[in-house]
Amino acid sequence: MSTTVIEAAGLLKKYGDHTAVAGVDLSVPRGEVFSVLGPNGAGKSTTVEILEGFRRRDGGTVRVLGADPQGAGRAWRARIGIVWQQETLLPKVPVREVLRHFAGHYPAPHGVDTILELVGLTEQARALPESLSGGRRRRLDVALGIIGGPELLFLDEPTTGFDPKARRDFWGLIRNLAEQGTTILLTTHYLEEAEALADRVCVLARGRVRALGAPDTLGGRATAQATVSWSQDGVRREVRTGEPTRVVADLAAGFTGEIPELRVHRPTLEEVYLGLIEDTGGTEDAGSGGERAEAPA
Amino acid sequence: MSGTLGGAPAGDVRLPGTLRVGLSRGWLEIRSFTREWESVIFTFALPALILMMFASVLDGLFDVGMPAVDHYLPGLFAMGLMSVSFQTLGAGIATERDQGGLRRLRGTPMPPAAYFLGKTLLVFFLALGQAVLLLGVSAVVFGASLPDNAADWSTVAWVLVLGTVACSLLGIAVSSLARTAQAASTIVVVPFLALQFTSGVFVPVAVLPDGVLAVASLFPLLWMAQGMRAAFYPDAMAAFEPSGAWDLHLVALALGAWCAVGSALVLLTFRWKTRKDG
Repeated sequence: MSTTVIEAAGLLKKYGDHTAVAGVDLSVPRGEVFSVLGPNGAGKSTTVEILEGFRRRDGGTVRVLGADPQGAGRAWRARIGIVWQQETLLPKVPVREVLRHFAGHYPAPHGVDTILELVGLTEQARALPESLSGGRRRRLDVALGIIGGPELLFLDEPTTGFDPKARRDFWGLIRNLAEQGTTILLTTHYLEEAEALADRVCVLARGRVRALGAPDTLGGRATAQATVSWSQDGVRREVRTGEPTRVVADLAAGFTGEIPELRVHRPTLEEVYLGLIEDTGGTEDAGSGGERAEAPA
Repeated sequence: MSGTLGGAPAGDVRLPGTLRVGLSRGWLEIRSFTREWESVIFTFALPALILMMFASVLDGLFDVGMPAVDHYLPGLFAMGLMSVSFQTLGAGIATERDQGGLRRLRGTPMPPAAYFLGKTLLVFFLALGQAVLLLGVSAVVFGASLPDNAADWSTVAWVLVLGTVACSLLGIAVSSLARTAQAASTIVVVPFLALQFTSGVFVPVAVLPDGVLAVASLFPLLWMAQGMRAAFYPDAMAAFEPSGAWDLHLVALALGAWCAVGSALVLLTFRWKTRKDG
């Protein structure tokens, strides 16, 4: 069994004159949680949809679970799971029946009760999907994504609209799946989500990979200059330095007792990310409504 | 959230068969449909309600040579069949497409044929239920005269099957024209209503202008109503048909042609995604 689950090289997709994906290379090993970040219109959804087999590419090569997604058959689909970005219409039957029905599409699904327990919907098993709260509805979406026992799970903006507690619970569920060996491709707008879950993060902007790496080293984050700041005689002072430990030691020698309001700040993932996408001229509002809207018929 | 998954599924396992998934889809479609009281009233029970009104209010008001219930039953039967096939699928599939239900299904290993098998089971469940309801109400409550020989019942059967299949295919094709779920109900309801008034459901074909009749005869409803009249009306009533005969061979030809054209339209136009999904 191959250890690389996703292998893409020179991925290209154009909508008319607009190049949505301009030569993306990705390689995701089995068992990894891989996150794709980027502003609207960066090519995220297009890239993911090509990997899912929902969109045809205009150039490059793609192998997902050893097959080309464009034209892969039922056996391949049985090995992937998709949690869609938007809520989608579900049949008007109780949650357990919805899950049982979709389980019947797969050759070796998980048990319905096991999955209900895992996503925390055991008590809602008899409720209709439309009566669930937003967060529980989302858990049902995840349940449907994993009922078939996928080797690779696509999660598209899974926690949009969650309150902080629900998001933390959800992260626990995703970590649990990852521990069981599921490879996860996570698209998200929330940088703290990528930081909390992903083994590696890829930043896309204007159809290209701008940075790729572990969240704590992304864009030179680990070695970037730190800012040491403190308060002296009622005035805020700060020093940007590559050696924050030495600066703090020097300060400690100069003060008796505590250094007032001492802070050592390294760039957050968000700061690194905003720096990366600003370099390319992309902002959160770029892309006139996102790549989906630009797709022609 | 707690609990863990069992061991990973074995690698070499067989996919569930199309028939099994299709039957499961059919069962789900039927259960989902019956939970929507609006569709139960407006597509399933409407012909029976209209028949009850006509039979109670219009009886004896016009000289149609027979009780109102007998006069309207064949046309309303045809209309009901078109309602559960064309209207149910046209609006229903457009909604599923617009709200991502089709895309979700396409993301699973469901065989595409299983989806259409499920829709077929739903439509025939509704068509047969409709027949039982409409014929039951008209016979039990209003004493309508139903066909009394096997030949007429076999006409009912083949008109029901051919007409329902033709209208189902037309409905699936029309669902692709609608950009949104809301647009779909208009795209479906307006032409359907126009056909009801021009195909001999509410207004006898004998009084319709030739031009109107010519246009309506391009669509299945007129032929379904004519086939049903052939089965339900006394033979002497054939004199009031446009050609002076039931022309059942033309009914079979027209509905058969719509099955062929409808299949081609569905194969050419069916999409699992909306236009904005690419």
